[in-house]
Amino acid sequence: MTTTTLLALILILAAAGWILGRRRALAMVEGDQRQLHSLPNYYGWQVAIFVMVPAFALLALWLAIQPFAVNMGISDMIPEERVAQAGSRALVMADVRRLAGGLDTAQAAGVLTAEEARGLSVEANDIRDRLAQAGVALGSAVDAVTLRAAQRYRQLAGWGDLARNIAVIVVAVAGFALAFRAIAPAFRARNTVERAVRYLLIFAAFIAVLTTVGIFLSLIFNTVKFLGLYPAEDFFLGLNWNPSFSGRGGGSELGILPLLWGTLYISFVALVVAVPIGLMAAIYLAEYASKKVRTYAKPALEILAGIPTIVYGLFALVTVGPLLVDVFGRGGLLGVNWMQGGTAVMTAGLVMGIMLIPFVSSLSDDIINSVPQSMRDGSLGIGATHSETVRQVVMPAALPGIVGAVLLAASRAIGETMIVVLGAGAAARLSLNPFDAMTTVTAKIVSQLTGDSDFSSPEALVAFALGITLFVITLGLNVFALYIVRRYREQYE
Amino acid sequence: MDDFFQAERALSTMQDTKISARNVDVRYGDTHAIKDVSVEIADKTVTAFIGPSGCGKSTFLRCINRMNDTISIAKVTGHIDIDGEDIYDSRVDPVQLRAKVGMVFQKPNPFPKSIYDNVAYGPKIHGLAKNKAELDDIVEKALRRGAIWDEVKDRLQAPGTGLSGGQQQRLCIARAVATEPEVLLMDEPCSALDPIATAQVEELIDELRQNYSVVIVTHSMQQAARVSQKTAFFHLGHMVEFDETDKIFTNPQDSRTESYISGRIG
Repeated sequence: MTTTTLLALILILAAAGWILGRRRALAMVEGDQRQLHSLPNYYGWQVAIFVMVPAFALLALWLAIQPFAVNMGISDMIPEERVAQAGSRALVMADVRRLAGGLDTAQAAGVLTAEEARGLSVEANDIRDRLAQAGVALGSAVDAVTLRAAQRYRQLAGWGDLARNIAVIVVAVAGFALAFRAIAPAFRARNTVERAVRYLLIFAAFIAVLTTVGIFLSLIFNTVKFLGLYPAEDFFLGLNWNPSFSGRGGGSELGILPLLWGTLYISFVALVVAVPIGLMAAIYLAEYASKKVRTYAKPALEILAGIPTIVYGLFALVTVGPLLVDVFGRGGLLGVNWMQGGTAVMTAGLVMGIMLIPFVSSLSDDIINSVPQSMRDGSLGIGATHSETVRQVVMPAALPGIVGAVLLAASRAIGETMIVVLGAGAAARLSLNPFDAMTTVTAKIVSQLTGDSDFSSPEALVAFALGITLFVITLGLNVFALYIVRRYREQYE
Repeated sequence: MDDFFQAERALSTMQDTKISARNVDVRYGDTHAIKDVSVEIADKTVTAFIGPSGCGKSTFLRCINRMNDTISIAKVTGHIDIDGEDIYDSRVDPVQLRAKVGMVFQKPNPFPKSIYDNVAYGPKIHGLAKNKAELDDIVEKALRRGAIWDEVKDRLQAPGTGLSGGQQQRLCIARAVATEPEVLLMDEPCSALDPIATAQVEELIDELRQNYSVVIVTHSMQQAARVSQKTAFFHLGHMVEFDETDKIFTNPQDSRTESYISGRIG
């Protein structure tokens, strides 16, 4: 029985539990549901929950543990010389699992009968050939050790699966019986179900938090590994970014500063574009636009936020870059030669700014709208014009929230990748000229990990150190932004 | 009968008419909020508008400084004169008008600025002070008129939002008088205040009568009786009765006024 059929079986049992539980509750009060503590459906759900939750929990646990147990069971069947020959124990084990899986597939496809599969021997059969008939390709001819281990693997896994199926079904049936017997008119099924729902909600919330922790841990381990191979002060204070791909380590210069400079420079240009335009758009929408304009203009502006950033990147590459070269490049409109090619800080910054406009305007619009009308009335009542009211009363009141919005936009700008890859170039350099090509932390993380990367070299591991630096910077910005936004909210509630 | 008429005439000529409204109608979209209201409001008096919720008294108050202009669906017809000048004339700038007709709102609404800047806001916008010293003077005078100077003189730079509710409302009154208005409109100025703060504000309203024509909207009939000289009773968009406060409360002419005052409708 496969996992899928097992899952289906539990679900069927749960559905049956729902129907029977509900029926039993109703039968106990002879159909008068007012005598029940809870609505009949709750009794049904209670049985279904008791069937599903323990069974699924056990199944998940079993699926997580069984591969380890089986691996341990066959690991000592493999002699040391075989390990030395293949390079590492993990590679041999991968061969074993592949062969075992292949035999299962072949058996399922009808190429081998169960007895044949069990009775195979290296001398008598060309296993590689037989498996190829079932569509399973093996890297090399099968040796006796691997075959024996694979057979053992199949045996252990088979026993494990059988034990798992029995255990899970027993637990499900036990849950069914327990919940079914507990049904009584006074039984508080509603409270039980609601508690279960609450745990479900808690679980969902924890998944998000645990994922963050997981991401952080995966970065931390690799960063520590990287800092073991490459001196920390060279990484954090180095002025050159010059990874070598020729050999392992050696000769690479992996200073983060040029990348950080590129990141901050491009983000700065983006914010210089996005903040004034976004803010003015927000003021227009919140304060001056008629209701009709607002209903069309606001969603239209927010559509900008839905465009994938790679499309913005294309826009930077084929439109904005060449346009800027026409103006600032050699023989351009201004007669200056500041810009060598279409990819530059300015190109990426401008396009990223355009991307951030709806982000800034939409958040600021909400914040401006949340400034109480009484504040505006007070100012208008003194004889201030609408514009004076906006400048001197509404904006100061909304300022903390707007600062929060800008910081959130900044952390998006810092984390942006695709626009930079296409718009800013790939050269890491410390320059003040905004028309120079530069690159950012995110773009370099991509380039260090694309293609065949050897995860034990500092050139690849540096990506994790870059990642965690970025993570810390944006996390800090976000926390700061949320703190400011929250403080502002308290003011009017 | 003749004598009585003469005496009343004498009283009304003694007090100049400050605001004169004729046939005012207000519509919010399809809602007819004010129906043909005409009223003469005297200078240096406190006039109270009373009536049940939704009767249009606040709406009418907001006509006097054209605050209804800020609501796009509101439409005002008829004439309102202040000192004989029609404020709905196209030559009148509503912004200038509002400097002349100050307003205090139901909920204290100090700006999120310092106490000083709250009061200095109006004078700064209208250029009433030539220099800092003059502005300081104006602020102090306004705060004294608002009967709050003694409480805040040592912390003028503290935020206005940090004051108590009653203090905030008096700060708002100080803010309104800082632009030297001639008329002060108050829209239920005490509804968010406790009894002690209410008493302080009422005392202040009585003092303000020396210099301004005060119009106050209130839900509390006791308050109208305490602070006002004239009272207008509004009901369902009509102004039912307008007379001396004492007369309205002791000898109302209209049966609806009597019902409201004795608590039968409301």
